[in-house]
Amino acid sequence: MDVHPLIWVGAGGALGGVLRVLLTAVVTARWGAVFPWGTLVVNLSGALLLGLLAGVWGLDVLLLQGPTASWWLLAVGVLGSYTTVSSFSLQTLTLLRGAAPWRGYLNIAASLLGCLMAVSLGLIVGRLVAGGSL
Amino acid sequence: MKAAIANYAAVAAGSALGAMARYLVSLWLLAAPGGLPWGTLSVNLLGSIAIGLIAALSAGRWPLSSRMQLFLIGGICGGFTTFSIFSLEVLTLAGTGALGMALLYIGLSVSLWLAGAWLGTSAGAWLNRRPDR
Repeated sequence: MDVHPLIWVGAGGALGGVLRVLLTAVVTARWGAVFPWGTLVVNLSGALLLGLLAGVWGLDVLLLQGPTASWWLLAVGVLGSYTTVSSFSLQTLTLLRGAAPWRGYLNIAASLLGCLMAVSLGLIVGRLVAGGSL
Repeated sequence: MKAAIANYAAVAAGSALGAMARYLVSLWLLAAPGGLPWGTLSVNLLGSIAIGLIAALSAGRWPLSSRMQLFLIGGICGGFTTFSIFSLEVLTLAGTGALGMALLYIGLSVSLWLAGAWLGTSAGAWLNRRPDR
């Protein structure tokens, strides 16, 4: 059966968004809202999982042959929607304008470096799991 | 309990719409020249403007119910923008030897995201200050 990618992305997107809001609420309840831990945890874990998927399924294959239904659903839909830039931007701007701007710079550095390391780690582990070469 | 389920349904509906819009924008900009992931860059910029605007307006002249905020901010803006795909794109650029492009993409992205949030909140604050007609 041929389902349009838009349907997969929408269904996955709904799930990813709910998971993000749930996890953000849990993290914020535990660690407070002085620093946007919730968004950071969501983005780090989402980058790790996306790297893992890309590693297991083979990024070069995806780029060459075009995405599959499971890539639309899980990668573009669930993980794309699970992670967020909009909240990161507003929270960072608020921190930069606040009494402790260093928290804003820390959030930028932690999010960028953290997510790039997470997606790389995921990709390496995914490729090892799939039995391919690095 | 019922209210909580309705709140999460609002998040789910908004996120589905946001993610589908992100897919359409990315598809539309897939063939754009220059070698940068323009689709992701655009959705992340637009989403940052939108969240700033909505947050400022809802704190001012257009108060929103918490469910509407969840639909618009947690749902649409959250589902529309993406940090994970951005990260994978940076890695892909760097991995194909385009290290300069990867660094350019990072710098351009972070500057535009923050400028977008600033633009959105400023526009919202300006609209809040305008007298009612």
